[in-house]
Amino acid sequence: MSLTILVFAKQVPDTANITGQAMKEDGTVNRGALPAIFNPEDLNALEMALQMRERFGGKVVVCTMGPPNATAILRRALYMGADETILVTDRRFAGADTLATSYTLACAARKYGTFDIVICGRQAIDGDTAQVGPQLAEKLGLPQITYVEDVLEAGEKTITARCQIEGGYEIVKAPLPLTMTVVASANVPRPLGAKRLAAFKKAKTRSELIATHGGRDYEDANALAAEEETMRRKGLWIHEWNADDLNAEPNRIGMAGSPTKVKQIESVVLVGGEYKDIPPTDEAIRGLVHELIEDHILS
Amino acid sequence: MSKSTIGNVWVYIEQDEGKIADVSLELLAKGRELAAELGVKTEGVVLGGGVGAEVIQTLHEHGAENVFVADHPGLKYFTAVPYAKVIVGLVKQHRPNIFAFGATPVGRSLAPRIASELQAGLTADCTSLRIDEFEDRTTKQVMKNKLMQIRPAFGGNIIATIVNSWQDPQMVTVREGVMAMGTPEPGRKGKVTKVDVELAPEDLAVSILERFKEESSLNLKGAQIIVAGGYGVGSAENFKLISELAETVGGAVAASRAAVDAGWIDHDHQVGQTGVTVRPRLYIACGISGSVQHRAGMAESAKIICINNDANAPMFSIADYGIVGDLHAVIPKMIKAYKARV
Repeated sequence: MSLTILVFAKQVPDTANITGQAMKEDGTVNRGALPAIFNPEDLNALEMALQMRERFGGKVVVCTMGPPNATAILRRALYMGADETILVTDRRFAGADTLATSYTLACAARKYGTFDIVICGRQAIDGDTAQVGPQLAEKLGLPQITYVEDVLEAGEKTITARCQIEGGYEIVKAPLPLTMTVVASANVPRPLGAKRLAAFKKAKTRSELIATHGGRDYEDANALAAEEETMRRKGLWIHEWNADDLNAEPNRIGMAGSPTKVKQIESVVLVGGEYKDIPPTDEAIRGLVHELIEDHILS
Repeated sequence: MSKSTIGNVWVYIEQDEGKIADVSLELLAKGRELAAELGVKTEGVVLGGGVGAEVIQTLHEHGAENVFVADHPGLKYFTAVPYAKVIVGLVKQHRPNIFAFGATPVGRSLAPRIASELQAGLTADCTSLRIDEFEDRTTKQVMKNKLMQIRPAFGGNIIATIVNSWQDPQMVTVREGVMAMGTPEPGRKGKVTKVDVELAPEDLAVSILERFKEESSLNLKGAQIIVAGGYGVGSAENFKLISELAETVGGAVAASRAAVDAGWIDHDHQVGQTGVTVRPRLYIACGISGSVQHRAGMAESAKIICINNDANAPMFSIADYGIVGDLHAVIPKMIKAYKARV
């Protein structure tokens, strides 16, 4: 048996570690000051894909939509064990909401060709919407299972998995191909392999390869083709697809393809609140507890 | 009347073996408010296999003027494809203006699939909803009576107001506890609209082999006193101190997302935008810096005590009492003081 597994991942600002520099003086977000990371639950999705490849055979393809430097997470996927990576990048994709994003990713999946399973992390930490997985399933016309914790079995035509539900779990059997979303409790993503790190740190997209030759004026097509061929053979080639490569309809991508519009952004300004300052001494804390009891807040 | 009349406000009613999710009833209350402002009706949409009359009665009493009931053996438990198919059909037929879902695992799996097929905008985890006008900056078109979908974003550093600028429905999800549940009116009557359900075998391709579910013994929403720990607690081991204080004062244990993500405590205990929303008599925040998301889930507490060694923690700004100090020293003092109270 051989499963082709597409993992969709996102590079996100590390919102869990927002520091003072992350906000500009005018109260807006300074994106540049936030480290960009591999979205945590997408690492769980990748780990699940790698484990399935180990158990059932096949290959793992990781795709991300993002700016050119999102290749960082694709290289990380290669260090962990991915077989093939795809960067979907184009200025025309900018400003996409989840509907436009899922359309774009569906175009990428179709361009890739045939596959058995699409795996996404449940949600990304910068938006927490959990919408792209189910929307991608619908766009691809596939069944979906969400909140997957474990894959129990996979056959040629079906998969059996355990999924979280509110207050418990379900064991579900679903036909292939399908789309699933994975939760953080599913597994512990493996560390980067040292050998793979050495081998794949040279992995590049065409744009990155051209940049090593001094930038966009480099036009030696034959030399490029030869280099590309060598890199492909070594598994170092990161596919780079733009809106034209995907045959994407212009009015369904980026801002134009996004029904949700941001009307207003307010930075959160905290007004210095008036609170009663209790020193951390035995006496003061005793006083506080007594006050709360007298006010019937504690009994 | 012209066809430009706006559609009704719909609430997806999540029920499991006859038990209606609280969030669905909370959304009916909010839906009524929005519908009154728009001059339209509030309607519920319930799917299941054997939906009982008492479920429908409860929905009427909580403000649904009409309930669409899709009853079919294949809809007994939630699976995405048949549920989405039935609801998409209903939306195309009746054209609701607003469609709200609880942000439960079911709502978060179902609403996006429906939105994708309808090409409708969907905003997750709204903390506030209201009606206002919206000017599309690109087209300069002014739209009246649009739903303002308000939610914290970008790690809680900003509050965004989002609008669906395409055609209806305007779809949102809302967490349990964010909207207040209304008081039911016993005996209130309403309409019931039976939905014809036609499902093909391929719609039912995902089957549930086994199902385990238990009522959580934890009732954070109902707790009058809550002791909550954050990243400042430092370890799973140290969380015992939080439990000890909670036990001493007869409260429930809660946590911030940072503590849950660190693996020190189960997600059931998480308070905040992506957790539970609570309104206790007393909330003791220990080592919680107080992100917008966390505050969204507890700011309505009657009294708030903040314990943190960082005097600049945002949590102090909403606290009634602040103790700047090491929680590992402060909490034992509180326990001691409470035990010696008489």
